[in-house]
Amino acid sequence: MLKPTAQRPMALSKLIDALHYHIYEPLVLLSSDKRALAGLIILVVYILMAIIGPMLIPLDLTPHPEKRYLPPSWEHPLGTDFAGRDIFAQIVHGGKDVLPVAFLAGFVTVLIGTAVGIISGYIGGKLDTVITTFIDVFLTIPGFPLLLIVAVWLARSGIVINIFIIALLLSITSWAGLARSIRAQVLSLKEEAFIEAAKCLGLSKRHIVFSEIMPNLMSYIAINFMLSSVGAVYSYTGLLALGLIPYTPGNWGAMIHMAQAYVGTVTGAGCWYILAPSLTIVILQIGLVFLANGIDKIFNPRLRER
Amino acid sequence: MRWIVKRALVAVLTIYIVITITFFLIRLMPGSFIEQMIYYYMNTYGYSREEAEMEVYALYNVMPREPVWKQYIEYMLGLLRGDWGKCYSTGAPVLSSLLYFLPWTVFLLSISMTISFVIGIGLGILMAYKRGSKLDSIASTFASISQATPNFILGLLLLYLFAYYYPIFPKRGSYSVMVTPGFTLEFIGSVLYHSFLPMMAYVITSIGGWMLGMRGSAIRVLGEDYVMAAEARGLKSGRIARTYVGRNAILPLFTSFAISLGYMFGGSVFIETYFAYTGIGSTIGLALSWRDYPLIQGGFLLITSAVVFSVFIADILYGVLDPRIRVGGAYA
Repeated sequence: MLKPTAQRPMALSKLIDALHYHIYEPLVLLSSDKRALAGLIILVVYILMAIIGPMLIPLDLTPHPEKRYLPPSWEHPLGTDFAGRDIFAQIVHGGKDVLPVAFLAGFVTVLIGTAVGIISGYIGGKLDTVITTFIDVFLTIPGFPLLLIVAVWLARSGIVINIFIIALLLSITSWAGLARSIRAQVLSLKEEAFIEAAKCLGLSKRHIVFSEIMPNLMSYIAINFMLSSVGAVYSYTGLLALGLIPYTPGNWGAMIHMAQAYVGTVTGAGCWYILAPSLTIVILQIGLVFLANGIDKIFNPRLRER
Repeated sequence: MRWIVKRALVAVLTIYIVITITFFLIRLMPGSFIEQMIYYYMNTYGYSREEAEMEVYALYNVMPREPVWKQYIEYMLGLLRGDWGKCYSTGAPVLSSLLYFLPWTVFLLSISMTISFVIGIGLGILMAYKRGSKLDSIASTFASISQATPNFILGLLLLYLFAYYYPIFPKRGSYSVMVTPGFTLEFIGSVLYHSFLPMMAYVITSIGGWMLGMRGSAIRVLGEDYVMAAEARGLKSGRIARTYVGRNAILPLFTSFAISLGYMFGGSVFIETYFAYTGIGSTIGLALSWRDYPLIQGGFLLITSAVVFSVFIADILYGVLDPRIRVGGAYA
């Protein structure tokens, strides 16, 4: 919705205000914590790598048997794999496979968890009893073993496995914990004076949920988005490392799977082939955890260092 | 009492749902092992479809022609009788194959989890007391890294580093083939020696969660009035840390500890496979690569039952330890 021409500068200044308030100030807050800043930088580098990297670095998968298991050099910054292909290029191309799955799974987890938690906590009553029972059941079902079974089934079922299916699959096993804590938060928020006030003012339920309760949960949701992404990277690369779901070349988990499958990896000759994807995954995970813990510290003053 | 009954119902419901999910996922899988076997007999021996089915029924006790609900009920009744089916790959009963490997996994995980929990809790309290110090900052960084590292990657790196590059520890197996199993010093030594690296992989990757959890929980307790009152009464700080802070701060971690004790019966598919450790995890790993569905199903059921059971026990203990919970409220 464009405002009248005379008022456009006003809209612009509003935009700048919004940018200042929503982007700049949180960044300043965040950079007060070194670890959180490091996490943010790691994350940005990975995202850039996944978006721009494949355009700059071509992925050449033709085997060069004479060049197998080369140590790092200028030509091959991370060495070569069992077929003489550049590991660095594979890592870069793997990013556009792993990151979308991780963030999509994080997003779906947060979406389901928040929706279920708010519905259960805000509406209450019989529905709440049913939902909490359901949450309890899902909390106790061991997530990763269930994933293994569903993955085996998926691979056989003939369903085309794309990133959306995988993301959905990964979030099925992880939403329950978030739903439980969101519900608990909503229950305590419901008793707060400002919610009472909003009710007395006759504001709609939609307004109360989205404009009064949701903003108070935002930091919590952001942290859980990141921690769910960490879980998703673990499960996704894990499933691939076990070779249970089909993969695209360069996927980090798949590289670990291949590294193990080929003799020579663990004997030392191909150590770069195992180190490179492992460290790539670990550094991404560390970045996400640092950022999540940093956000937690900023919004949860009790954990703040004095 | 009503509360315990409710928890018990949830526990039973969970196991029922898990059985149902795995049954329908695995039994109804297109191109399942049973289908393959039927085609195998039809093609190799020229059997008719019925003959092949009878052959498969005799071997694997699965009746493909029966309606699904009948298979389902029969499977349920079988589980209750302790008949968890037979492994496709070896023909041995699923339950006894799993129980055969169980002690190894329980041994490995009970020790690593206890070490991880005890040290993690201790460091967590220390971090809470010294929050803002250099020590806290270093420990928090370490804890975050520990939380972030997938155990299968650490296992792989440890294996590479300390078994191949510097061959200090054995590469594979749960004990040396040179010693005969028995209650001898030599055998126990060999078992401990072989389990060191897998244990390290578990401990290092799980300790961070306990440290951070305990730190947060202890900081919350440190702000409570009763701690201040204890300090005002001039109690020794060691006593305050143990009886006032420690005990109350551990409570919220209790449920997650119970859940991880339940996982003790599942092991890790990755770590046990990488170290060729003969436990439940590597058995499930092999079952996955052989597509041995009854074994996969049985393993999953075993893990779930263990987790459900330990969560149930933890819930009851929690109620005993913290009377606020029993009244209901947010937790019920």
